[in-house]
Amino acid sequence: MRLDIRLPIGLMFALLGALLVISGLVVSPEEYKRSLGININTIWGAVMFVFGLIMLLLGRRGSAGMRSSEEGPEGRAIEAEEKEAGLETPGSIH
Amino acid sequence: MHLTSIDWVIMVVYFSFVLGIGIALKRYMKTSTDFFLSGRSIPAWITGLAFISANLGAQEVIGMGASGAKYGIATSHFYWIGAIPAMVFVGVFMMPFYYGSRARSVPEYLKLRFDEKTRGLNGISFAVMTVFSSGISLYAMGKLLGTLLGWSFNVSVLVSAVIVLAYVFLGGLTSAIYNEVLQFFLIVFGFAPLVFLGLKDAGGWTGLQSRLSTVATASGFGSGAWSESWRYMGQPSSNPMGVEWFGLAMGLGFVLSFGYWCTDFLVVQRAMAADSMSAARRTPLIAAVPKMFFPFLVILPGMIAIALTYQAGSSGFVLPKKLDGTFDYDLAIPMMLGHYFPTGMLGIGLTALMASFMSGMAGNVTAFNTVWTYDIYQSYIKRGASDQHYLWMGRMATVFGIAISVAAAYVATRFNNIMDMLQLVFAFVNAPLFATFLLGMFWKRATGHGAFLGLLSGTTAAALHHGFTLPANAVVGVKGGWFGALHVYPSEMAQNFWTAIFAWTTCFVITIVVSIMTKPRAENELAGLVYSLTERPKQDREVWYRRPAALGVVVLIMTLVLNLLFW
Repeated sequence: MRLDIRLPIGLMFALLGALLVISGLVVSPEEYKRSLGININTIWGAVMFVFGLIMLLLGRRGSAGMRSSEEGPEGRAIEAEEKEAGLETPGSIH
Repeated sequence: MHLTSIDWVIMVVYFSFVLGIGIALKRYMKTSTDFFLSGRSIPAWITGLAFISANLGAQEVIGMGASGAKYGIATSHFYWIGAIPAMVFVGVFMMPFYYGSRARSVPEYLKLRFDEKTRGLNGISFAVMTVFSSGISLYAMGKLLGTLLGWSFNVSVLVSAVIVLAYVFLGGLTSAIYNEVLQFFLIVFGFAPLVFLGLKDAGGWTGLQSRLSTVATASGFGSGAWSESWRYMGQPSSNPMGVEWFGLAMGLGFVLSFGYWCTDFLVVQRAMAADSMSAARRTPLIAAVPKMFFPFLVILPGMIAIALTYQAGSSGFVLPKKLDGTFDYDLAIPMMLGHYFPTGMLGIGLTALMASFMSGMAGNVTAFNTVWTYDIYQSYIKRGASDQHYLWMGRMATVFGIAISVAAAYVATRFNNIMDMLQLVFAFVNAPLFATFLLGMFWKRATGHGAFLGLLSGTTAAALHHGFTLPANAVVGVKGGWFGALHVYPSEMAQNFWTAIFAWTTCFVITIVVSIMTKPRAENELAGLVYSLTERPKQDREVWYRRPAALGVVVLIMTLVLNLLFW
């Protein structure tokens, strides 16, 4: 599977975070009486935005998480052992 | 609740991503294994998050919030002695057989281990149950969105059914899993600020505790009955759940939770999609870590809601009442969203709520299309067709599975009792299952006839127990007692736990007795299916935090600490 899930997650949260920050600046202060006087939109929007960026960075780097287990030495060793034990048939990993 | 354009934009963004993932994955769906098992190619952290997210449907979010208000922190037993130990068990002990046997579904494992009739019984009852559960989910969502936002039931049900249909149809299990991960993060980010604001309004944890003691004493219990999870479990009469520690530990902890987390294909399917045996075993263990903190996300808001209702905070939040004057506990979380969130954040919160409904439904749909195609269609209707044909059938099963769910949701609007009845029947069918799997995996002598008769008699025992008992203050009918109430339980929950205990024990005993009287299978046929005849997967080459057993111990210690902290 070549689509790294972190890219859509990152993109979506960066986008939603940015939207929240903007709404935090635009929405009238009257609205924040509900959230106990805290501008939760701006604060939480920023948190979501940063989370989105981190996910995007991790996804771009394409680190070990997404590779098939057969692409690393450790993964190959485990796969080999599993095959030996009859737990996996060869060629079952795409 | 009033939505502005920013809330709408947020919803549109989310649903575009949901559909976009389905479209992006479509070109990878080349074989039936790609569609039903994600080609067994997904890393453990993704399957792990999907493992909890598939279960994080409507019943979980709305129901746990409601129970938090109704029973207080004791609701966390559903996690801390329920789900977590079961998840550790399935990862450490059972996954080697599910993943290692190369079975494509849980019923198929039963076919490999026992025989065709046991698979048929499990496969058919599971297929029926998942389709109706997804209908229940749809009905609940349509009703809730109507209450909160005044949306029409038709629009809510049809639009969400079409969205789930689109992304499962296009991208199969991978699409469902990817979207479940997306939904997981959305639910965490959507509800965390709610807990923060609610706690702040209630005066922090200590403020909440003192308010909850007002709730407890006003309801006639000791002052910590809502904020201490174990201290009041000595007797059924001293806690609002009406259960005692033994029924709780055996009924909920052992039978119901192990039965669900270890044998329900809805969750096990996520682990089966993992890219290696080691990843499959780590799936439920990775899932257990966020899962143990979920009480703070879904139960705590309910506790805050009831606390503020009895002793008002600065913002004046009150839990609404139903027409008959009792609290409408199911509205605890939705009403808090509307009360505390300003426009913008409200969009995120509502989207998270809808996401939870849809992830529950998509989980049911992917489990249904797999069991239908592999265990019913391929086994009894059309054998030996091409793989492309089964891939096509999987897509068709997605369409008619969702069509039946929608129909079930509409039936429920007319006869609400039908849903209660169905859930009752599901409980009868599910309760004995764990005994069958436990014996199947760990006792090589267990036979197909034993398993089949054990399951049937377990379900019968559950129905009989329910028919002969009644919870206190309940009328004879859906609640039980239709054969005459021989015993009255202090609460409905106590009755449920004991129904499960009876069903499990009957299935366990009958399976053993019948197995001893029938001919066992040759040992060489059972390699890879039974514990004593399977070589242990070696773990020495992995660093400790990747070894399932070590991870399992860490998870259990963390859970123990949580139990002690909120004792």
